[in-house]
Amino acid sequence: MIDSASLLAVLPELVLTAGGLVLLLTAAFGGDGTARVVNWLSVLTLLVAGLMLPVSMEHGPLAFDGLVRADAFSIFAKALIYASAGAAILLAPRYFAAGGAVRPEYPVLILFSSVGMGMMVSAGDLLTLYVGLEMQSLAAYVLASFMRQDERSSEAGLKYFVLGSLASGILLYGTALLYGFTGSTSFDGIAVALGDGVGKGELFGMVFLLAGLAFKMSAVPFHMWTPDVYEGAPTPVTTFFGSAPKVAAMALTVRVAIEALGPAGLDWQQIVIFVALASIIFGAVAAIGQTNIKRLMAYSSINNVGFALIGLAAATPAGVAATMSYMAIYVVMTIGAFACILQMRDAQGRPVESIASLAGLSQSRKGLAAALGIFMFSMAGIPPLFGFWAKFLVFDAAVAAGLTALAAFGIAASVIGAFYYLKIIKTMYFDEPATAYEARGGAVENVILTACAVVIVVGYLLNPVLDQASAAAAASLF
Amino acid sequence: MDGFPILSLMMAVPMAGAIACLYAGANTARWIALLATLVDLALGVLLWANFDQSGSAAQWQFQEYAPIFGRFAWALGIDGIALVLIMLTVFLMPICIGASWEAIQKRVGEYMAAFLFMEVLMIGVFTAQDIYLFYVMFEAGLIPMYLIIGIWGGADRIYASYKFFLYTLLGSVLMLIAMMWMVHEAGTTDIPTLMAYNFDPHVQIWLFLAFFASFAVKMPMWPVHTWLPDAHVQAPTAGSVILAGVLLKMGGYGFIRFSLPMFPEASAQLAWLVWGLSMVAVVYTSLVALVQTDMKKLIAYSSVAHMAIVTVGLFAFNQAGIEGAMMVMLGHGLVSGALFLCVGVIYDRLHTREISRYGGLSINMPKYAVLFLLFTMASVGLPGTSNFVGEFLALMGIYQASSWVALVCTTGIILGAAYMLYLYRRIAYGEQKNADAAAMPDLSMREMWLLAPIAAAVLWMGIYPESFLAPMRSDIRALEARIASAAPVGDSRIKMGPAVPKAEAHHGEDHSAMSHEKASGEAH
Repeated sequence: MIDSASLLAVLPELVLTAGGLVLLLTAAFGGDGTARVVNWLSVLTLLVAGLMLPVSMEHGPLAFDGLVRADAFSIFAKALIYASAGAAILLAPRYFAAGGAVRPEYPVLILFSSVGMGMMVSAGDLLTLYVGLEMQSLAAYVLASFMRQDERSSEAGLKYFVLGSLASGILLYGTALLYGFTGSTSFDGIAVALGDGVGKGELFGMVFLLAGLAFKMSAVPFHMWTPDVYEGAPTPVTTFFGSAPKVAAMALTVRVAIEALGPAGLDWQQIVIFVALASIIFGAVAAIGQTNIKRLMAYSSINNVGFALIGLAAATPAGVAATMSYMAIYVVMTIGAFACILQMRDAQGRPVESIASLAGLSQSRKGLAAALGIFMFSMAGIPPLFGFWAKFLVFDAAVAAGLTALAAFGIAASVIGAFYYLKIIKTMYFDEPATAYEARGGAVENVILTACAVVIVVGYLLNPVLDQASAAAAASLF
Repeated sequence: MDGFPILSLMMAVPMAGAIACLYAGANTARWIALLATLVDLALGVLLWANFDQSGSAAQWQFQEYAPIFGRFAWALGIDGIALVLIMLTVFLMPICIGASWEAIQKRVGEYMAAFLFMEVLMIGVFTAQDIYLFYVMFEAGLIPMYLIIGIWGGADRIYASYKFFLYTLLGSVLMLIAMMWMVHEAGTTDIPTLMAYNFDPHVQIWLFLAFFASFAVKMPMWPVHTWLPDAHVQAPTAGSVILAGVLLKMGGYGFIRFSLPMFPEASAQLAWLVWGLSMVAVVYTSLVALVQTDMKKLIAYSSVAHMAIVTVGLFAFNQAGIEGAMMVMLGHGLVSGALFLCVGVIYDRLHTREISRYGGLSINMPKYAVLFLLFTMASVGLPGTSNFVGEFLALMGIYQASSWVALVCTTGIILGAAYMLYLYRRIAYGEQKNADAAAMPDLSMREMWLLAPIAAAVLWMGIYPESFLAPMRSDIRALEARIASAAPVGDSRIKMGPAVPKAEAHHGEDHSAMSHEKASGEAH
């Protein structure tokens, strides 16, 4: 039975769906000329959906008989997702204008993807989980191959689709096993069934489920698609992939691990520890040899997912709060860094992606180099930048949970990661100027970039707010 | 001074200067930087003047507390140990700016901003009373120093900058994990509280090693010192000055603020490790310094040897040793800074650091030769200069703990005399075999202004060290009391004479006789 309280709980998704459909029709009838209007209206839709978030939480956490949850955790994740989706829309037009037409389907697809991500983080049942995940993924496959004429873009889309379907299959197999052995698809039901010990079948189901989710987060050993897709997809789409879907996948994993698999904590904890350390080390080592900045960011995202998972490995409220804070800070750094990468255009306005072309940027484009430098130092986890705090929180949670050795290994491995971030700074600041870039960036890009840089520099002042929000989010899972 | 946030102000002034420099032209940036550092020096003098040195004074003064960062706070406060190190920092900074006045011609604004930011962080390290605030300040120094070495450094600057950054980062991250553990255990981030907290002696070993990894790299101790010669050689002159003058002292400060008071038992149990590494460092790096052909490298290796005297002094577990270590840190900060400036003076003229390219400079550069001689002698530890006081106290302290360590470390003074005098001979004396070196003009007015204040400070510290020892005395006494229970038993079996009224005078005589003997031994 559908009651009004349930509908209110999914109000943000309803807003996004309605907005997306209307804008899709506008685009279909109005043609490419409406792109500009559709762009801004999509951002407005996201904003309205964001404003609906507090309303959605008012009517208790459970909706649709437990299929959907609107709690502090989902609000936290959704706020991040909508904000990064909005940034991905705003950053796009200039890029697409240089490579061909600006098309209105782009923002609409992002809206639909956001609906899917909203369902993912609100899922209270394996079915909702799967539907949300597929909805997000389908839109993402199309986005990856958005520049149809571009060979790399089509290739990225196809690769993403094939590997993504495989992962969905694995995930579905895991859900089937879990359902078969526990007799329930709801997270609560599974948790109750697991309470009396974990059987072999349940363990298998859990492993398959986590493998599928690891693919979506691009955690080692299910990371293979990431570099190719990041490199091939149009840069604004890469920006999107690097931010919103990462948050959604991470939040979903956290929710499944804590709410559904909570009683089997000891079993999945070792999986998460392995995946975290492997992602940190592999992401860092593989990034060293990269010459393409988008590929480098792909490995960097693998590396960062590893750090975020350390918070989950702690399996405590503090750990979950740390993971969510990590994602919040990571999203700011990623969007900022991509806003810089989007400005890497040669004198004719064509996008450039090689790291070598950044040489001497600090002399030709002082502000841009300083901003990218801030993001790189921040991702390397060097204080006083905010990226340090993200790492601090997850390691602190691990130490508090008694995982001191994990924290020590993880933080030592972060030094490997520092090396490739330093390489970019070295190229920008120490090398002699090489490529001449376009003299000025777009206004929107500059605003987003400056906003991100300011957050990264003075972020510590936001600590009380972030602490409170992430603690509330974590508390709603336990 | 009650309630006036002078420590925050001392950090705000260079911070504002740094931001202004980023947007200013070359010449404006130079003046902004000089002005900001001079204002900070004035504030430092004010701080010293208002610091209560009486025995009844509170240990922590000028405290500020603002819990604005959620899990940690903007908590500042200083004791005498921090005070003298802050004074060293604010004293050296205007000199660094002056040293870069003409030597730095490209990207001046960014350069000055990096230096001013560095000053903020150095003052932050010495004033932080929150353990995480300390870590943030301690670690953030990597960014400006990486840029200073990498952008304005010599030919091999990129290798040196990477090495500096990654070495020190790897050293510090483990310390962070140890800090987290301590904060969870003790339930506070407040450094003074943690200093009084008794951690389980078994865990102390691990915590000590984690902190040791960081401070030993920063110090630097053998065998993790190899980043230092590279960084020094490639850094611009002012970068070397600040690196040798202040950044290395962060390691010693870390030992004195964290390792010793927080883990006294572990410090005592692992003192053999520190002593052993220090003994190797004194002898080995002194010998390495002897064969260097590059002036900066020679001084860099001599820094490692001097810092080893600091570590043995600190781990002597007695007041003389710790006071001596502090005095060596201060003296070395001044003297090595001055020596790097002296190298910079002739490097600016001939653009080479090869010792063999110079010779006979006392003929054409008499003023330079005099000042260079003074700093050479100070580095050797001649009585009347700053380093004598420190080295003598430190070695006296370690003698009480272990006479063998004292024996080996004292050879460092002889070897120090060897390599420094050999360096001086090859540069200032002998024939003027290179025509271009013989044609170099003597010190300019600007260079005199850079070296003269350091010379004055070196002599002041050597002749009347009490000014510098007085503010630290009660703090070091408190530290000694804290670690006394764990202190290892010495092997020197010093027998105190009966307390007859004359003993005091007799002791004084003895002291001067010994110093005389030492001085004559080194001068020849």
